[in-house]
Amino acid sequence: MDAFIEPVATLFGGAWPLVWSLLKIIGIIAPLFLCVAYLTLAERKVIGYMQVRIGPNRVGPLGLLQPIADGVKLLLKEIIVPSGANKGLFIVGPVLALGPALAAWSVVPFSDGWVIGNVDAGLLFLLAVTSIEVYGVIIAGWASNSKYAFLGGVRAAAQMVSYEIAMGFALVCVLMISSSLNLSDIVASQGKGQGAELGLGFLSWNWLPLFPMFIVYLISGIAETNRAPFDVVEGESEIVAGHMVEYSGMAFALFFLGEYANMILISALTSILFLGGWLSPVSFLPDGFVWLALKISFILFLFLWFRATFPRFRYDHIMRLGWKVFIPLTLFWVVVVAVWIMSPLSLWK
Amino acid sequence: MDFQSIVFYFFSTVMVLASLRVITARNPVHAALFLVLAFFSAGGIWMLLHAEFLAIALVMVYVGAVMVLFLFVVMMLDINLERIRQGFWSYLPVGALIGVLMVVEMVMVLGGRYFGLDAMPKPAEVEQGYSNTKELGRLLYTEYVYPFELASIVLLVAMVAAVALTLRKRKNVKIIDPAEQVAVKRDDRVRIVSMRAEKE
Repeated sequence: MDAFIEPVATLFGGAWPLVWSLLKIIGIIAPLFLCVAYLTLAERKVIGYMQVRIGPNRVGPLGLLQPIADGVKLLLKEIIVPSGANKGLFIVGPVLALGPALAAWSVVPFSDGWVIGNVDAGLLFLLAVTSIEVYGVIIAGWASNSKYAFLGGVRAAAQMVSYEIAMGFALVCVLMISSSLNLSDIVASQGKGQGAELGLGFLSWNWLPLFPMFIVYLISGIAETNRAPFDVVEGESEIVAGHMVEYSGMAFALFFLGEYANMILISALTSILFLGGWLSPVSFLPDGFVWLALKISFILFLFLWFRATFPRFRYDHIMRLGWKVFIPLTLFWVVVVAVWIMSPLSLWK
Repeated sequence: MDFQSIVFYFFSTVMVLASLRVITARNPVHAALFLVLAFFSAGGIWMLLHAEFLAIALVMVYVGAVMVLFLFVVMMLDINLERIRQGFWSYLPVGALIGVLMVVEMVMVLGGRYFGLDAMPKPAEVEQGYSNTKELGRLLYTEYVYPFELASIVLLVAMVAAVALTLRKRKNVKIIDPAEQVAVKRDDRVRIVSMRAEKE
């Protein structure tokens, strides 16, 4: 690999670090968009089969070209800006919805050393980036100058702020037991422990000792990405499509891409923080990116499964679950984990 | 000019312009969004000082939570600019006085001997394996543990006070407690009556 890169590097000279970073970014974003496209197909197929339907099967073999057809259709549509809309912010909204979802991938490790920025405060960076995702939705909701869109924006603000706190506390537990904010270190610390010594690595991953936090993180992740059963932000039976109601064509597609990129991001984070990232579950199989991909796919499947299974939560129930159930539970568990680490029963010596 | 200076001047320019727009923007939502931009640039400048924890915490707390709630409120306000402008000239002398006072104070603070280039040297180059977060945590929980705990208690009291001030229980509302709702049994709601069929 190095012998191949060397001559290209000398060609660009001083600009090489910039070019190399750009190449790495393209190397992540292009497959990510492909994954997003096929996640939409997977969603329609999975939910179709769960509801005893076939799902899309007309475009290409088995309907495999359906996402491409959808994308082309959205590209060719006109973007209509409503007459009373705040034009600048109306355009900025979808951009802000997608931007953070892509920026977060810069610190996500795909395998040992496969990461764009191996920063020390990676987990904090992720928390910060995911917390600014809500701006896209709020700005879009306000700038559209429509009551449905505005209601969607307000709901999104309240919901995301509420679930972020529970998510943050769940992450505090993770970083307490791995004593690092670096995502690669967090994965590495899950490879040690009694389970790993027996050859059953999956027993020493974080999901087992932190099982309640794993569940809280997963559910908060679904709420953060505004997916069913927490999709009151879009809630088509109540407020049509929420913040997206005035958007058409590519502007709408950006929201769509942002939502699915976020789903993949949350799945990747859950896999890295609780399911051992790229580590193999048993010692006789090698570690590698394949495991991370499998774990991400499993969590994404859960997302789709939940959507097909649960009816939408009522708004006050969502708020109650966030503030009155998850936050006290996670606060309590932070104390429990702190005592556990200091006690002789600690698993993380 | 090296790369760091370019980045510094870029962030500073953006921050100063955004802060100016916060007070000159006519639309309160635009003003709030410019404030977000100002916070973001401040985070960038702190990052240049190797204070990565503080920089990210600034973005997380102020941009991610505080300003979202600000926007939340500001978006719902129906502000009539004409009415706000009505008393502009009568308030101007007082406002100008306060403004001048603040400028004088800032000059005294920033121009004094505590803020010169010699009082604030460039942060030392960090060695390999230095973690800003770890260092900050160590300082907070050893050297500054009493001020830190005191500050958190003050915040807690403020939080409890805010909740206590706004908490009001109305008697005659028909709100249903979700906890009761979840725990409901079939027998509480349905009564099965055995009844013979009636002929017309």
